[in-house]
Amino acid sequence: MTRAALRYLPLLILAVAWEAAARLNIVSALALPPLSHVAAAWVDLVRDGDLIDNGLTSLYRLIAGFLLAVGVGGALGLAMASWRWLDAALRPLVELFYPLPKSALIPVTVLWLGFGDGSKILLIFLGCMIPVTIGAYNGARGSDHVLVWSARSMGAGRVRLLWDVVMPSALPELLNGVRTALALSFILLVSSELISSQRGFGYLIGYLGDNGSYAGMFAVVLTVAFLGFAADRLYQILMRWFLRWCE
Amino acid sequence: MVRVADHSAPAAGADGIARTPTGRLAIAARIATRSAAVVLLLVAWEIFARSGKVTPFMLPPFSAVVVRIYTDAITGVLWINLGLTLYRALAGFLIAAVAGIALGAAMSRLRPVRWFFDPIVSVGFPMPKIAFLPIVMLWLGVYDVSKIAMVVFDAIFPVVTATIAGLQAVDKELLWSARNMGAGERELMWQIALPAALPQILTGLQVALPIALIVAVIAEMAMGGYGLGGAMMGASRFADSRGVFAGIVEIAIVGYALIKGLAFIRARLLAWHQEAEERS
Repeated sequence: MTRAALRYLPLLILAVAWEAAARLNIVSALALPPLSHVAAAWVDLVRDGDLIDNGLTSLYRLIAGFLLAVGVGGALGLAMASWRWLDAALRPLVELFYPLPKSALIPVTVLWLGFGDGSKILLIFLGCMIPVTIGAYNGARGSDHVLVWSARSMGAGRVRLLWDVVMPSALPELLNGVRTALALSFILLVSSELISSQRGFGYLIGYLGDNGSYAGMFAVVLTVAFLGFAADRLYQILMRWFLRWCE
Repeated sequence: MVRVADHSAPAAGADGIARTPTGRLAIAARIATRSAAVVLLLVAWEIFARSGKVTPFMLPPFSAVVVRIYTDAITGVLWINLGLTLYRALAGFLIAAVAGIALGAAMSRLRPVRWFFDPIVSVGFPMPKIAFLPIVMLWLGVYDVSKIAMVVFDAIFPVVTATIAGLQAVDKELLWSARNMGAGERELMWQIALPAALPQILTGLQVALPIALIVAVIAEMAMGGYGLGGAMMGASRFADSRGVFAGIVEIAIVGYALIKGLAFIRARLLAWHQEAEERS
């Protein structure tokens, strides 16, 4: 307990320094509202329902896009590793789209689907799919040939083989790809909402900033940052539990 | 996006998917299939866009997009936008690289520095730092400084963690023997530890570079003005879909060129390393 406290003490120091800098007018309270004001603004935003409403919209977009990316991307990667013709057809395309800076897709999804949920979900889906595909593909390609051969000689069919042998051995790399996708999904969500949206966390941040209620803006920014951090930690815990069999 | 433990993940993504036997012939074959795939994709785009199934607004034909890029190149707008985006992304990347390596080295050598920054790095890394964009705009305005600051803020984390991980993994015997032979602390760092950690540091830089470009483009989109991102967003507001797709093609080419350029530099810098022998 004390060790954990000592470890995270620097964060506390930062928080105190923030409060002090703002209180003592070392920096203008306009540029940096005191942390206590930010906390109060956060409580207000929760009470109004603003934070909850916009947050639920954002979470819906995030989860829908992310799950689509994991489902389709994972299936695609496993399929590419299993069927050679599919591999030959799609691998160049995956390699082509892998380095594309995903943020370039923001205006296109707006062009196609407007400013609502659809464009965000499509953006997150497109942006997050490829890391998952590559993780699944590399994981499945790396599965032990002896295992595959023995399963095959014991009469496992293609689908059975995929589900019982290839999938579990692909899991560690697949889950790593999913972790990259998780981080990416938050980035794409917030940036697309900041740039073009009428709801969601990013919209709320922009709205509060434009109205000069900077304490509220800081509160929402910190909320989003914390959610991204918490999602990653939670995912790591789940991943460790999921992979406890493979040592 | 990728943390200490899996600092090799993106490299595995880029190179790993091509984990095939190399050699000149295989490389030539790979380039051929890849360019064939690109050509096929572009032809399919052109045919699909002209088939009448989608409006030119939803998907302008590739040829129209090329014409658009060409006109922008002639009028010079393209070069202004391209230059500004590259300047912001690369300036931010270079600052992040130098500061990140310095901070990583300081953290692995000096305990108080490590104590102070370790929780900040481990909490800050998985955060979607792009959410801080409006705050950075509030502090630094909407011009180059704030965009570059945003790039630095996002791109520095993978560099720091890769530097720490790389320095930690340096062979202890290497350090002991150097010390035995009379190397001072400074020489130890510059001549032994940093070169030995270079492969991992470069991997961290290879993660940071695409992040730098992504963030530069997002910042331009959010703040408007010149730059590839700003131009795309402007085109999108005026329902100018050719402009939007021209932007995608331009950004894709820039991203590809930057990644290839850094991979080339890596091969040059690590010519002495066993990694180079494994490749050829």
